[in-house]
Amino acid sequence: MTGYLARRLGQAVLILFGITVITFVLLYLLPADPARQIAGRSATAQTVENIRTQLGLNLPLWEQYWRYLTNLLQGNLGRSYLQKTEVSALIASRLPASLLLMAGAIVCELVIGLSMGVLAAVKRGKFTDNALMVLSFIGVSAPQFVIAILLLYVFAVQLGWFPIGGYGTFQHLVLPALTLGLLGAGWYARMMRSSMLDVLRADYIRTAQSKGISGAKVLFRHAIPNAILPIVAMIGIDIGMFMSGIVVVESVFGWPGIGQLAWQAIQRIDIPIIMGVTLVSAAAIVVGNLVADLVAPLIDPRIKLR
Amino acid sequence: MSAIAPDLGSPMAPARPVQARSVLARLLRRPQAVFGLVVIAIIALAAIAAPLVAPYDPQQQFFEGLTLEGAPLAPDGQFWFGTDLLGRDLLSRLIFGAQTSLVIGVVANGIAVFIGALVGITAGYFRGWIGTVLMRFTDLMMSFPALLLAIVLAAIFKPSLWIVALVIAMVNWVQVARILYTETRSLSEREFIEAERSLGAGSGLILWRHILPHLTSTIIVWATLGISTTVLLEATLSFLGIGVQPPTPSWGNIIFENQTYFTTAPWLVFIPGAAILLLSLAFNLLGDALRDILDPTQRGRGE
Repeated sequence: MTGYLARRLGQAVLILFGITVITFVLLYLLPADPARQIAGRSATAQTVENIRTQLGLNLPLWEQYWRYLTNLLQGNLGRSYLQKTEVSALIASRLPASLLLMAGAIVCELVIGLSMGVLAAVKRGKFTDNALMVLSFIGVSAPQFVIAILLLYVFAVQLGWFPIGGYGTFQHLVLPALTLGLLGAGWYARMMRSSMLDVLRADYIRTAQSKGISGAKVLFRHAIPNAILPIVAMIGIDIGMFMSGIVVVESVFGWPGIGQLAWQAIQRIDIPIIMGVTLVSAAAIVVGNLVADLVAPLIDPRIKLR
Repeated sequence: MSAIAPDLGSPMAPARPVQARSVLARLLRRPQAVFGLVVIAIIALAAIAAPLVAPYDPQQQFFEGLTLEGAPLAPDGQFWFGTDLLGRDLLSRLIFGAQTSLVIGVVANGIAVFIGALVGITAGYFRGWIGTVLMRFTDLMMSFPALLLAIVLAAIFKPSLWIVALVIAMVNWVQVARILYTETRSLSEREFIEAERSLGAGSGLILWRHILPHLTSTIIVWATLGISTTVLLEATLSFLGIGVQPPTPSWGNIIFENQTYFTTAPWLVFIPGAAILLLSLAFNLLGDALRDILDPTQRGRGE
């Protein structure tokens, strides 16, 4: 176990290092001159040149990367070109909103997905099962921005139940969390259904039934808890899906998280912010996958660590 | 995903080519697959015959296409799906937009499957340091949030039709590479491959004659299933304004252009939105049915 853990941690660190290299090279290729952006339109060539020297933009690529990496290891993500603030401070101020949104999305996808899966498995082969599985397919095939606008149109504009966007109260959270969670709900519905079907075939369920325990009790006390376990381990993997989703969902709903921060930065080509958000979200994905791998064998001892 | 190795069948399994006719017959027995095929066929036909079936020129701005206040028209007898913010016929724009969405979806996924196959099969067959380097790189690419990476790439290269397809391919090849790596690896350890090797067959011959035929079903499944992802990604990039650029219509940029009207003219968002959903759903249903038929060991989330 310790050997495995050490190796996985080592791999995670290597991947993070690789991510810094790739983001750095990609953003170096961006056809924008940060020095000119910072200096503004009316700046003289001399000012622009001074800023360039100050930022180290005239150094060779590898030296710029080295500067970046040493700063990064000290927890310094650089300063935003346009907002003149520390990127780490910007991200730290936006992160709670994104985490709240993701927590809401996890609740939505689990509640919707798992109940759909259980219902479909119980009604296996019947109309309900087929209808639910078609619904789950619609959930994974629907473009998130259309779902976002649809929910806004129906529940905010027409019915007026929720605010049209923004941040602050529980009411603000419902629609964005639902949008972000629906995609995962489709996946969870399908996985929960097949997991339930496996469990319902197991001997201990038959034993429980033959002992005369009521159907509902078998379902809620024995089948569902066992079927849920292998699926809970998947939550870590969802982080990747969320990190892509928040860019769109936060932009549509005006949710002040890191997705919106990234999108605004991309439009203004504010490279340090783009880099910071990419790094933070990639790190979250790496950690999420690591947790998923480590949790799986704790939940299901049949899975062996290799 | 699970740590339990799939059943590999008998060690001397002969190459099992995919029989197109029996696969089609089995597809036609599944309502989901038939629905997928019909939707794809209709959209593809509309895209190919766009100049013939579209009622109007997609770029023409009708004088009578806007209300006196300059707002888009609701669906009526003349403009079946209404008009957009510039008084253009939405149906005609949708039909021409089908060309963009379908071509980018198919081409991007084609490139993605090609890169994924190249990386996955090379790494799985040769292993060694090449395999390690390739798969570490694949793991690395998997750790990037796909949309964020695509947005950054789209911002670097000025978006044109083919660049958008390329950008989407560059973030979508990783899963294909992962799966084909695992399959090639276990295949090349099997006895009939060892036997070929000991008889002096070259790598190229083994790969082409014995490994590739076993991988066709996986490749076919991903060539179908992946399109649903690439269609969604194109729509999302175009919706953000960094995909296909107006005036070339794409389903995503129709929504991008008209989104400010969504409270007063919701059809401008929801009709193209439904089109995107239908196309993506169709490829998902077809791909899922193909996976059931061709490859019963590979189910679930497709990791």
